[in-house]
Amino acid sequence: MPPEDLLEQTAPAHDDLRSLEAGLDRLQTDPERRQGPWSRFATSVLPPIVFVLLALVAWQLYVVIAQPRPDLGPSPLAVAASLGEAWESGRLQLAVATSLERGIIGFLIAVAVGTPLGLLLAEVRPIRRAVGPIISGLQVLPSVAWVPAAIIWFGLTDATVYFVILMGAIPSIVNGLIAGVDQVPPQLRRVGTVLGARRFRLATLVVLPAALPGYVAGLKQGWAFSWRSMMAAEIITTGGTIGFGLGAMLDNSRFLADLPGVLATILVILAIGILIELVCFAPLERRMLRRRGLLQESGR
Amino acid sequence: MTGRTPANPVPAIRIDHVGKRFGAGPLVLDDVNLEVEPGEFVCLLGASGCGKSTLLNLIAGLDQPTSGRIETPAEGSAVMFQESALMPWLTASRNVELALRLRGVPRSERRAQALELLDTVNLADAADKRPHELSGGMRQRVALARALAQDRPVLLMDEPFAALDAITRDLLHEELERVWRRTGRTIVFVTHNVREAARLGERVVLLSSRPGRVAGEWRLDASGPRRIESPEVAALSIEITDQLRKEIRRNAA
Repeated sequence: MPPEDLLEQTAPAHDDLRSLEAGLDRLQTDPERRQGPWSRFATSVLPPIVFVLLALVAWQLYVVIAQPRPDLGPSPLAVAASLGEAWESGRLQLAVATSLERGIIGFLIAVAVGTPLGLLLAEVRPIRRAVGPIISGLQVLPSVAWVPAAIIWFGLTDATVYFVILMGAIPSIVNGLIAGVDQVPPQLRRVGTVLGARRFRLATLVVLPAALPGYVAGLKQGWAFSWRSMMAAEIITTGGTIGFGLGAMLDNSRFLADLPGVLATILVILAIGILIELVCFAPLERRMLRRRGLLQESGR
Repeated sequence: MTGRTPANPVPAIRIDHVGKRFGAGPLVLDDVNLEVEPGEFVCLLGASGCGKSTLLNLIAGLDQPTSGRIETPAEGSAVMFQESALMPWLTASRNVELALRLRGVPRSERRAQALELLDTVNLADAADKRPHELSGGMRQRVALARALAQDRPVLLMDEPFAALDAITRDLLHEELERVWRRTGRTIVFVTHNVREAARLGERVVLLSSRPGRVAGEWRLDASGPRRIESPEVAALSIEITDQLRKEIRRNAA
């Protein structure tokens, strides 16, 4: 160890080093530029709104100019009127509430099942080799294909719808988590080991947080799959003790040859999908990517 | 070249006839013998393929030697790599706190200790920044603070400054030397940069390539601070480079 008086001698040199380092640090880092709320609005919210408005105007113009048969080419106003009618009768609120409730509960169950399953598959090689290809295969299989089997097993009950949702969402969540874990840089694991983390703490403190981007991507896809497959299931399975969801509303309108009603319902299903993405997943993803420096700030 | 006369009977690290080969591959390390005294700053120098990183991994306990034995302190060693390998989702302070947490420091003390360690590397102001907001040199200093947070007597460094620009590297040499003098850590520093080795080490150990053997040792008088431009560093660099080139040339035959 160096003698004490040496420390005294190097003290002014240390101050020198401090200011030098501070200067270099300033030179080598950029001050963070974050988008203000107005420019965020102008770059990411405004363009799609403008596009939708333009599309509506074009649609209305087409109807006014080409004058198609009203039962085959309804105007946007007719669709809006049909939507208003469904709202007034309470059918719209009921259908949205039923479908959303099923979708969200089904998705949460899928997360609860898919997350431990994904971790198990990602970390235990033999299980991965045996089950991995089948999970990937299930992701390709449209989960609507399970509807006939589900009806035979569960009858016309909510269980049928939930089953189809789970078969759609779980493989996506599992695959997302596996992809996320596979992409964890090996040096992070090595550092975790060097810092003294054993298997469990390495998984919870290093691997899982590092795998978060892949996991969130899997959740997003899992939600999309469960929302889609649920609509298909609701259209196919009506009656019994199954509640009145958006799929049933769509099928009712088709039965009545009510095209404005069909289009209105499709728009509602689409709007809910977009809304969930914008309200839940987009902010989560943005926050996560920004923290990790993976977000390319747009708008410049 | 000066002979080694151990001043301390109990070395911090003792490497005894160590050999290493991976699977059925060629011998990477062959009969390496080295003793490092407590508080000593040793630079392991060598060209590519000399197995210096392999040797460091063996000392760190990340890998096992094929033959021979390695004695290290029971507390283990802290390791710093060429890439800072900070957790990208944690702030600088949280990265240091992670090391404290894995060492068993209670939650209430972690933040204060982390700030103190960051101040040691002159980064107290950057405590709440995330790695992507820091420059390469700053990231390596956070990594150094994290390695210090492990509070192990031995610090192993695997080309930690190789990816930095010359100005930053020069400053980090000063920083590291200061930290070493202040903390009395035993440091084994792997590099392929002759001047860096001559600038930093109390002792420079040259490894030959394929297989790695100790091919030369130089001791320096490290009682006072020196700089990479100092004449004694330049003179030693010339001497070491000559020997290094001789070792490399042997591979041409």
